[in-house]
Amino acid sequence: MQNGESDVLNQFQQGDVAAFETLFHQHQRAVYGWILRITRNPAAAEDLTIETFWRIFSARARFDPARGFEGWARRIATRATLDWLRAKKTESELSAETLAEVAAPFEADPAVTAEIRRKTAIAFSRLPPKLRIAATLAVIEEQPQKDVAAALGISVAAVKLRVFRALRLLRKDLERQGITP
Amino acid sequence: MNKDDQNRMKKLLQQALPPVKDDSEPSRDLWPAMLRRLDTRPAAPELTGWAWFDGALAAGLVALIAFSPASIPVILYYL
Repeated sequence: MQNGESDVLNQFQQGDVAAFETLFHQHQRAVYGWILRITRNPAAAEDLTIETFWRIFSARARFDPARGFEGWARRIATRATLDWLRAKKTESELSAETLAEVAAPFEADPAVTAEIRRKTAIAFSRLPPKLRIAATLAVIEEQPQKDVAAALGISVAAVKLRVFRALRLLRKDLERQGITP
Repeated sequence: MNKDDQNRMKKLLQQALPPVKDDSEPSRDLWPAMLRRLDTRPAAPELTGWAWFDGALAAGLVALIAFSPASIPVILYYL
């Protein structure tokens, strides 16, 4: 860690708003991007980015500059997003246009109809939030499992277990709807 | 659910919900909104230790494990 960066982190820990602003501008894009991966909702991701940094500022006394800011911020962002997922309705309220806007281009499998995709997305939104976050980050976003584990504050084995349970519940839900994956 | 089933479910999920673009960024600078938030809601005071219910929860968990070791796998499953 360079001296300048270390100074900013130490000043932030002491409640310096200018240092906090520096960190905010350095990390807001990464925090927003991480939250967007989970919510897939740009407006909610912006609100949650602010909520995350507010929690970061509130918890500054617990911050350990030696362990770096990014991982700590990501963990707080994941916790804030989990709280948001728990509070919101289970059904996806996002339009197809919004989802298409945030999604990267991908090669659609012609064997999977638009109706199956829609039902799968809705069934996925009904999963318990802690399983959904693990599956979103590890399966859909293909983030390294150790990063997912660090963000969720659990072990890699627990991430694998949550992903397994998410996929199993998703399959059961689809089978109840007459879809055999 | 075996490995093939898991892979099939993963592919279906990726088809239903493609990954988010890597270059996503907020539509605006969020700092002004952050400042408003800091002004209107003072940061919560720091917790200096465990709340009483954290201690009660931990004690309950220890008692459960001590009297019923068979509950350990169930507790680990829900962690």
